[in-house]
Amino acid sequence: MSTLMLEQPVRPPLIAGEKTPGQVTADVSRPLEGKATPLWWGAFLVSLAFLGLGVVAVSYQIATGIGTWGLNKTIGWAFDITNFVFWVGIGHAGTLISAVLFLFRQRWRTSVNRAAEAMTLFAVICAGIFPVIHMGRPWLAFWMLPYANSRGSLWVNFRSPLLWDVFAISVYFIISAVFWYFGLIPDLATLRDRFRKGWRKRAFRVMSFGWNGSMRTWHRYELVYLLLAGLATPLVLSVHSIVSFDFATSVLPGWHATIFPPYFVAGAIFSGMSMVLTLMIIARKTMRIEDYLTLNHIDAMTKLVLVTSGMVMLAYGTEFFTALYSGSEYERFVFLNRAMGPMAWAYWIMVSCNVLVPQLFWFRRCRRNLAVVFVATIFINIGMWFERFVIIVTSLHRDFLPSSWASYVPTSVEVATLLGSFGLFFTLFLLFCRFLPVIAVAEVKGVLGVGRPSKAVSRVASTGGPEL
Amino acid sequence: MSRHFRASFSCEEDLLGAVKKFRASGFEIDDAYTPYAVHGLDEAAGVRRTRLGWVAAVLGLGGAASMMAFQDWVSAVDWPLNVGGKPLSSIPAFVPVTFEVGVLAAGLGSVLAFFVVSRLYPGKRAFPLLDGVTDDRFAVVLSAADQSFDESRAEEISRTYGADSWCLVDPPKASPRRPLAAMRWLR
Repeated sequence: MSTLMLEQPVRPPLIAGEKTPGQVTADVSRPLEGKATPLWWGAFLVSLAFLGLGVVAVSYQIATGIGTWGLNKTIGWAFDITNFVFWVGIGHAGTLISAVLFLFRQRWRTSVNRAAEAMTLFAVICAGIFPVIHMGRPWLAFWMLPYANSRGSLWVNFRSPLLWDVFAISVYFIISAVFWYFGLIPDLATLRDRFRKGWRKRAFRVMSFGWNGSMRTWHRYELVYLLLAGLATPLVLSVHSIVSFDFATSVLPGWHATIFPPYFVAGAIFSGMSMVLTLMIIARKTMRIEDYLTLNHIDAMTKLVLVTSGMVMLAYGTEFFTALYSGSEYERFVFLNRAMGPMAWAYWIMVSCNVLVPQLFWFRRCRRNLAVVFVATIFINIGMWFERFVIIVTSLHRDFLPSSWASYVPTSVEVATLLGSFGLFFTLFLLFCRFLPVIAVAEVKGVLGVGRPSKAVSRVASTGGPEL
Repeated sequence: MSRHFRASFSCEEDLLGAVKKFRASGFEIDDAYTPYAVHGLDEAAGVRRTRLGWVAAVLGLGGAASMMAFQDWVSAVDWPLNVGGKPLSSIPAFVPVTFEVGVLAAGLGSVLAFFVVSRLYPGKRAFPLLDGVTDDRFAVVLSAADQSFDESRAEEISRTYGADSWCLVDPPKASPRRPLAAMRWLR
């Protein structure tokens, strides 16, 4: 008996409620099997209404042209690029959880990775919309791809960071989608075998690729999963680095900074983690998955928020110090203007939300208080949206020549497009919660504390063991 | 149709113990079916390491090299555009796209190779050898076609390791578990 006692896990179990593998299947399938709750319908209809608003706004601006935006000759980038960088950043936490934490053997990730990867996918879809609209003639978006054409020798410019961005975002979307779907296949097979009949059974049969749980397939599956995690990790770092190149390779004070790539990546993970927390706090209540998403999970994620907040804070400080120490009048002016000029309100919203609010997470009591975490993460998301707005607009609005100085106010069309992107994001997320397993069933089963140990071994302990 | 012996378990550790014992006793383990990846099962059953990693390596490096060559050809040969007097073969500027395409080729290639080697495709019917192996059941399947197959010994081991049931089965028209001949090297 003493050896068995020693084998008891020292850490508390990752999943509460002493679940067996069968209960995990039942718990995760339950929201899919019944009718949608009024709460789900309410949330879905509200999201759909915002999506509808977005569709109207986007159709209008495509039909009319991007003169419907509040841009001018000085401020050529503002709301839409802010939204683009914001949404790409949101996506990064999903890849961090699914790939980076996998490589670091953080097994608590199994409860959150499915939903976080779905979030990545939907956030990248939202992000992709903005540059495409910004082209003005979105039906010609395929001109961004290097395809053989009949216009003589005419190719895209591979030296342009904007083109790098096209590749980075497209590859990121494809690899995230593949990674997510690859992880879903065993769970789709579980659902296929659970549903007795109906269209869902047929759909799950098609989507599960004939998965039958063979150990040979599992053996290959685990290697490919590891490969995808290993590929997605440098990919996620490259994507936001390349997004930051859009700014850093220019000669504009406030943008032209070598700190941008790590600064953007840290900020992306910071905002994405906050969005995961916001979503998961809602999901664990409405989907009744409190046993799978325990306070320990929330606690671990808030610590990541705190760490990345520290990185972002360091970047703000470094940026400011470099500007003041550089001896460049223009650099110095841009940063003093950010903190004390006409857009200072935006700068201070950014600093309070991104630097002050996360300090709450030093305290265990705050990390484990869902209301505090929920409100704080929403503030962080607001702060991170303003970070991109501050970087883009305050660097532009005071041009080199004072005669070109201008200001920027978003139009209702731009605001409606942003709200529409939130509508799209939540509509997709709610559909995902309704029709696909929000928790990686096969992965959670592998980390259960109970239900896995042997019946035979406990018999060994009680009877002295079988003769073999 | 070759006969098989199937024992089913409700716990991962029982399956693992039984598989080790079956193998040590000289049985040929045809396959095992589990609801999740059971760590150590592949080694216990003597599954040889897959070489799918090579697909990722070859396609990743090949994809990256081709993209670098393509960008250089486009920018220096086919459409040599002078941008601010910068060199035409500006290799550092081609690194980001090269990297992205390498990742894309390696990722997509290894997933596709996985499907081909494992013979999985959309809409394929699964023929589970036991209900519940995608839920909470574990099964091990031994080849029993051989004359030397000792059924009573297999039953004894199954019982010792707490199997819920065991029987001789004719596997349904399961698709062959070995990869296509051309892909066999990848395992």
